[in-house]
Amino acid sequence: MIHFTLNGEPQALALDPATPLLWVLRDHLGLIGTKYGCGEGACGACVVRLDGEPVKSCSTPLSAVEGRSVQTIEGLSPDGRHPLQLAWVLEEAPQCGYCQSGQIMTAAALLAQHPRPTDAQIDAAMSGVLCRCGSYARIRRAIHRAATPEVQGG
Amino acid sequence: MADPRATTGLTRRDLLKIVALSGGGLALGWVWPTRAETSETSAASAPSEFEPNAWISLHADGRIQLRLARAEMGQGVMTALTMLLAEELEAGLDQIRIEPAPVAPVYTNHLLGEQATGGGTSTRDGWETLREAGALTRMLMIAAAARTWGVPESECRAHRARVRHADGERSLGYGELAATAASLPVPTSVVLKDKSDWTLIGTSQRRLDTPLKVRGAARFGLDVRLPGMLHATIARCPVIGAEISGWNAQAAREVPGVIDVFAVRHGIAVVAETSWAALAGHARLEIDCRPRVNTAVATERLRSRLHIGLNGRAPVALREGDVSRALAAAALEIESVYEAPFQAHACMEPMNCTADVRPDGCDIHVPTQSPAATQELAQRLTGLPPERIRVHTTFLGGGHGRRRELDFVHDAVELSHRLGRPVQVIWTRADDLQHDYYRPMTLHRLRGGLDATGEPVAWFHRVVGPSVLARRDPGRIRDGIDPLMIDGAASLPYGFAHRRLEYRRADTPVPIGLWRGDGHSHNAFATECFLDELARAGGRDPLALRRSLLADSPAHLALLDRLAEHWAAPVPDGLGRGLALVEAAGSRLALLAEVAVEEGRVRARRFVAVLDCGQVVNPDAVRAQIESGIVFGLTATLKGAITFSDGRVEQTGFGDYPLLRFDEMPEVESILIDSDAPPGGVSPIATPAVAPAVANALLALLGRPFRTLPIRL
Repeated sequence: MIHFTLNGEPQALALDPATPLLWVLRDHLGLIGTKYGCGEGACGACVVRLDGEPVKSCSTPLSAVEGRSVQTIEGLSPDGRHPLQLAWVLEEAPQCGYCQSGQIMTAAALLAQHPRPTDAQIDAAMSGVLCRCGSYARIRRAIHRAATPEVQGG
Repeated sequence: MADPRATTGLTRRDLLKIVALSGGGLALGWVWPTRAETSETSAASAPSEFEPNAWISLHADGRIQLRLARAEMGQGVMTALTMLLAEELEAGLDQIRIEPAPVAPVYTNHLLGEQATGGGTSTRDGWETLREAGALTRMLMIAAAARTWGVPESECRAHRARVRHADGERSLGYGELAATAASLPVPTSVVLKDKSDWTLIGTSQRRLDTPLKVRGAARFGLDVRLPGMLHATIARCPVIGAEISGWNAQAAREVPGVIDVFAVRHGIAVVAETSWAALAGHARLEIDCRPRVNTAVATERLRSRLHIGLNGRAPVALREGDVSRALAAAALEIESVYEAPFQAHACMEPMNCTADVRPDGCDIHVPTQSPAATQELAQRLTGLPPERIRVHTTFLGGGHGRRRELDFVHDAVELSHRLGRPVQVIWTRADDLQHDYYRPMTLHRLRGGLDATGEPVAWFHRVVGPSVLARRDPGRIRDGIDPLMIDGAASLPYGFAHRRLEYRRADTPVPIGLWRGDGHSHNAFATECFLDELARAGGRDPLALRRSLLADSPAHLALLDRLAEHWAAPVPDGLGRGLALVEAAGSRLALLAEVAVEEGRVRARRFVAVLDCGQVVNPDAVRAQIESGIVFGLTATLKGAITFSDGRVEQTGFGDYPLLRFDEMPEVESILIDSDAPPGGVSPIATPAVAPAVANALLALLGRPFRTLPIRL
């Protein structure tokens, strides 16, 4: 039995501890906002936060979350009004949208570490999440916007 | 001033009949909630009160539902097409719910000849039809209100899904009017709003799908969940065209959750209770292939084969004047050969499809650009009549032409038919990269002649490459010319006194297909780079030379005029500046690129795009498509390619088929030209301009041409 916290709720799962977290979320817990893009940690579509840090859930075995806290896109905010989500809407960041859960969760981890990130910090944090549609410039603007107080008020 | 137009095929009786044939429409699929209702992601629809046509249904409780018959794959079509309907319907985007349309003839995309999405056709195709559908409904609402109140229609105005009387006191909502409207005769002609009365078209509207996409609530193909659904992967032979001769499934079967392993049309299927078990089983499966042919396929050999086509005779696609004589008489003749490689689509959502084949019918949930062809294939595989095969188009995690294909549909329908249960087929990333229908590899020989003043007088272009239409639509190949392969090269806007275009078909065993920009994506590289080589040889400025060759084309000159200020600005130290011009999908784009060489690598720093796409529907979404096309094009310009050895694709993932990354994103400035012309397509147009603009910038920076993609220093 693996015990961990998922989006603030305790979880206890009797699954093969080698199962990647991505598939625990998608196959067993019905949390399908986290996406499969490559299965080898190369695209970042599957990023979730583990104790606040961004991790590629396709390459994180369930055993690695024992006793820790996992946050997915579904748990980022109760109502879709996290500052990043608001900023993402205002900047019209998504196109096809498939990578955006990974983008937003990566950005959330960045803002937790650097509330007012520089462009260099944004580059360093975000360059592991691929977007085929080219939403990068809008994501950068959205991160800066989310880091400003006026949008945080909603 | 109003613009009366006759309706075409919009009688209510016909459209209702078509909708009924397709299974009722409203009972199908899940509803895509929009801003009006984002708190739930799926809901069964109540019977509609009134369906004036195939796109709109009005409910007594005031709900307005629109059916979207094009695939939302990032290009913003859900919002743009809804804007067209809502503009004429006189309803706010916040008052509308959208559901995917079923397959029906009324939803045919007339530019593609089938119900399909691609090639920058959706807005062009829907421009008249959808506005007329909205206008017809609005007129019925006004007529219903006028009848209810016993007043002339001219005293009634519609606004935000409500008809108001000029007395300022009486008003009725569309839902309240629906029952009365249903009893009225359908107008024989519709009156479209004057442009000066538009409140939506031409204004930047927030995309209707964004709220879902920032919450992880947009449902893509892989997010489909059906009761009792199984998951499957399919191991394919890595060598093109090989057949499986045997397999060892022992290790795969030992994976907990794997139910069965057996041969299907495209390979060996691993069927499991979960996605992960299907993927883990796939990884443990050992297959033996019998590669009877194609074992020697290698990029170098394919290149040699194409090179043969550079010489000898070839079908002539276009002939103006006498190029041979003009070249012989020219003061200077130059010649160059350009090469573009095979490219994958690499959609972020790997190929997938979910099918539920039952004895009495079949439901297919799939991120597809081709729902009608999906239905036809399922009909062939199951023997069920088309009205019992319902295609539910999900959101697409990228399309780029790949999702016009049906191989993943075949996988799922075959498996569900055989197993009698819903099955979701998931491709691995390696499957996706290794079993694509690639953008074809092409070679281009260009010859140009300059007169003594440096003005080009003769232009010769031969395209050598496999035919995309040979598999997809061979009837369109005429006299040996595949029109897709000469996209852009044939319609080159420059005025040359003497010009000849040839296409030499050189098929290879590699599967090829549609790819963002299609033929433009390789032809524009050759033609726009060669133009800069001619400019350089003749001592001319690249923009000035284009201006002189476009003297009779004011629309193109207008693009270059808007770029002139950026072109004339001093070039910052260490940067090179280049430009390219592309005309595609009814739109024109001039693109300026600024590039640098940093640590031995090409770095695109900035682009300025000037776009004339006719009437702009949603300006911010058009800008997003320019950014998107540039990023897609930059990956193909600077990153990898699909290569072959021993008959197999060498690339297996994003490690060896890298995409442009966040920290490589250039600055993009987009300038949209005001136009009253009907809309042109936007998604395909920027991608083809990127490679030549970047190569021309490098020519300016380094003084040598770059004639092979991807660009290597």
